[in-house]
Amino acid sequence: MKKICILFSLFVSFHFAGIAQNEKYIKAMEDKVSQIEQARTVEKWQELSNSFERIGEAEKEQWLPFYYAALSRVMMGTMMANGQQGGFADKTDPEADKAEQLLAKASALTTENSEIWCIKKMIATLRMMADPMTRYQTYGMAASEALQKAKQLDPQNPRTYLLEGQDKFYTPEQFGGSKTEAKILFEESIKKQESFKPVSSIHPSWGMGQAKYFYSLCK
Amino acid sequence: MFFKNRKMSKWMIFLAGLLMAGKVNSQVKISGRVVDGKKKPVYGVSISIKDSYDGATTDSAGNFRFTTSEKGIHIITATSIGYRTTEVEVSIASDPLEIEILLKDEINELKAVVISAGTFEASDRKKGTVLTPIDIVTTASGNADVVGALKSLPGAQQVGESEGLFVRGGTATETKTFIDGTLVNNFFYSSVPNIAQRGRFSPFIFKGTVFSTGGYSALYGQALSSALILESIDIPEQTSANLGVTIIGISGGYQHLSKDKRSSGGLNYNYTDLRPAFALIKQKQEYELVPIFHSADANFRIRTSKNGIIKYYGTFSTNQLKFYTPSLDTLTYKDGFALKNLNTYHNLFWRENLGKGWKMQAGLSYTYNRDDIESGLYNSGNEEVLLHGLEFKNFQQLQKGQYFNGKLVFEKRFSGLNVVRFGSEYNYTDDQTEYTAFNGNVFPLEIKEKITSLFAETDIYITNDLAAKVGGRFEHSALLNKTNLAPRISLAYKTGKNGQASIAYGIFYQNPERIFPPANTSLIFSKATHYIAQYQKVTSQITLRAEVFYKKYQALVKTIAVNAQQIATGNGGYGDAKGFELFWRDRKTIKGVDYWISYSYLDTKRDFLNFPYAIQPSFAAKHTASLIVKKFVTKWKTGFNGAYNYASGRPYYFIATDYQLGKTEFTDMGKTPDYNNVSFSLNFLPNLGKKNAKMFAVYVISISNVFNFDQIYGYQYSYNGLRKEAIVPPSKMFLFIGAFLSFGVDRTEDAININL
Repeated sequence: MKKICILFSLFVSFHFAGIAQNEKYIKAMEDKVSQIEQARTVEKWQELSNSFERIGEAEKEQWLPFYYAALSRVMMGTMMANGQQGGFADKTDPEADKAEQLLAKASALTTENSEIWCIKKMIATLRMMADPMTRYQTYGMAASEALQKAKQLDPQNPRTYLLEGQDKFYTPEQFGGSKTEAKILFEESIKKQESFKPVSSIHPSWGMGQAKYFYSLCK
Repeated sequence: MFFKNRKMSKWMIFLAGLLMAGKVNSQVKISGRVVDGKKKPVYGVSISIKDSYDGATTDSAGNFRFTTSEKGIHIITATSIGYRTTEVEVSIASDPLEIEILLKDEINELKAVVISAGTFEASDRKKGTVLTPIDIVTTASGNADVVGALKSLPGAQQVGESEGLFVRGGTATETKTFIDGTLVNNFFYSSVPNIAQRGRFSPFIFKGTVFSTGGYSALYGQALSSALILESIDIPEQTSANLGVTIIGISGGYQHLSKDKRSSGGLNYNYTDLRPAFALIKQKQEYELVPIFHSADANFRIRTSKNGIIKYYGTFSTNQLKFYTPSLDTLTYKDGFALKNLNTYHNLFWRENLGKGWKMQAGLSYTYNRDDIESGLYNSGNEEVLLHGLEFKNFQQLQKGQYFNGKLVFEKRFSGLNVVRFGSEYNYTDDQTEYTAFNGNVFPLEIKEKITSLFAETDIYITNDLAAKVGGRFEHSALLNKTNLAPRISLAYKTGKNGQASIAYGIFYQNPERIFPPANTSLIFSKATHYIAQYQKVTSQITLRAEVFYKKYQALVKTIAVNAQQIATGNGGYGDAKGFELFWRDRKTIKGVDYWISYSYLDTKRDFLNFPYAIQPSFAAKHTASLIVKKFVTKWKTGFNGAYNYASGRPYYFIATDYQLGKTEFTDMGKTPDYNNVSFSLNFLPNLGKKNAKMFAVYVISISNVFNFDQIYGYQYSYNGLRKEAIVPPSKMFLFIGAFLSFGVDRTEDAININL
């Protein structure tokens, strides 16, 4: 009887520890995820990417930490580019490589989904922007294919509209860009964002701030 | 019992809560600093306690600080891009910890020094490339020819009277071209007197170009001066069809990509007819048959694994022409030249990752080339005549060549970037010549050669800052019945963030040219020894390169004229070349403008062929310089490209043969005026950026020698050396107009590139 008691109590305590661990994970993630909308600098994105990667490495089974680590990496690279057109491949390519590694870890832990393809699109765009003249055909095409895939997997994903809008926004008009078309897409992203229900408090729901910011630039 | 346990679990929750509270209260501060091998702080390093959430990112001073509730023995890891991940074991108790972490450089391609002495690379993947693939086609003086743009790089000569790359005092035959590793035997269209021919291959089928002006890798051989190494494109992005209409012909093609994107195949046909262009632009030659070219090519590419691919590319082409020029040998008569060419080339290539760091590359190529040449003396009515004493002017020559090349390379990658490559190459050539003299006498000649080579080289990265490439090549020639062993060594040292210095040394062997029938004495390999020192500084926007070189030639072929034909007499020739070269490319200083300047100084002398003694050869200019400027105006959807090429005057001379003494001498000498050429081209792309457009159009205009400079490449003499005449381009200026349409695929990039 005593033995059973101990065994049972051990079981209960393990179970409890499991819940505690899960709570700790959710809490840590919520804290970091909440910082995403405010991140504006290379340093901040780098710190976030490192933090998410740490959580991912500790958890091992969760795809979201690696997903966010990849997102933060690609955002870091985008911030490094700072709106320049080309000439920084030596700086951003290593970040794109790192983002790709992180995303591969995330992909391995989840089923194919729209959010993963959004990051794939962002990485391809980062690579393309680093040297548009030579990379347009390879990475430009890879980016638009990834975006199509993301849309196809979830037509309601507001981030796909945000990314498409950014493409339209940054591409010179002679190359098919359009601020008016971009505006419609940002509007759509905001609308979709308002009705978007993330799976949980730590599932991807970012982009409202960016969409509003770009929308304001289109006025 | 159940109740008891519930109680117990409650109690445990309480206990756990207490414990957790205790933990919170006993957070330990961990701080420290991360430095690299040079004791400099490293910024952005991720510090973490393994398998926990706790950690931090270092600031710009390399400092980090965080708190943790973990206790006991733990491993702290420090990771950062470009460094090896470092682990430190710590024991966490209640006292704050301070640790210093040393990060070691990870040897990687991005940071490591590049072995670059003597090499120009056009590629979009690797760093340290001087050109991008686009430059090959958007250089105004390049005429969309593969080697055109390379002529604006230091080391190459501005030779306009014959095709090929003349590098650092070497002849065009001292430069060999390789496609996907295997030798290409007839890279250029067959020679025509005093008119440089284009390369047979479209620049658009290549994604990478390596132009070595000396000291090249042991994987390549049989070139005394230079190797041009071309890598063909892989599977295309999309299915497409294209159509081109230009002042010189029409072209069309179709490229199909399979649904799973794992294989592709395509066909192209090109018809070139120079009649409209020659009607518009007067040519120096009087054409009886204006050049007409037919060429067709086919390809397929199959992905065999993630990194494995099989590629086939084959061409079939024919062309013919006939023209007259006033004869120097006898006034009022004309020299006639007619050429019919048939050429087919096939290349099969297989690249595979074998796992465990092993890679394999195998290539096979086959070429059949047939030239029918007719030479004759013609009267003013264009009737062939035979003049006493000038009978040698009337002859026919049929040249048939069959060439087979095979190459197999294995590569094993060790830790870091250390690599060993080794393999074997086999070159088979069968050249048949049938010379028919004016009287119908036929002189057949057939030369077969089999060259077998073995080679090995290794890239050794001692650190990120110091690397060496050491290799050797062994060759056996069945024809010469000789073997050679050629060592090649280069070293590169990184002097700063973007700067590096390299040196290279190597021995290079080449068989005597097959155009000279063998004399009684047996021939040996000609030999060149290269010494190169280079400094380069490369950022993504600016490239600076300076190179000095010394090249020593030994055992060059000497010839003697017998009945107006040169016959090899031995390997008594020699020579040397020394000089320095500068290259500056800048995409930053003038916004939106990309320009480069190159300058070469060359001091060379050689005694070869029928030279009486060592002299600066007629294909070598002392000073060569180029300025290339490119600007794309997005608003007008138009690219503007300009080029200025300069070369100081080149020597010319007449070598007379004294048959009695068996000696030669210079009976006349001189120097051409300086060479100047300004070319300009523009590309207009009206559909640029229109997403989902069904058709893309590119309109091209290009003009060479815009300012109508007098250009004299050299002088040609009458057979007795008594009369001479300047060798000039067929027309002072050339104008090219074309429209290129492609369907079904966004060829924006191609469009930006096309600049014929």
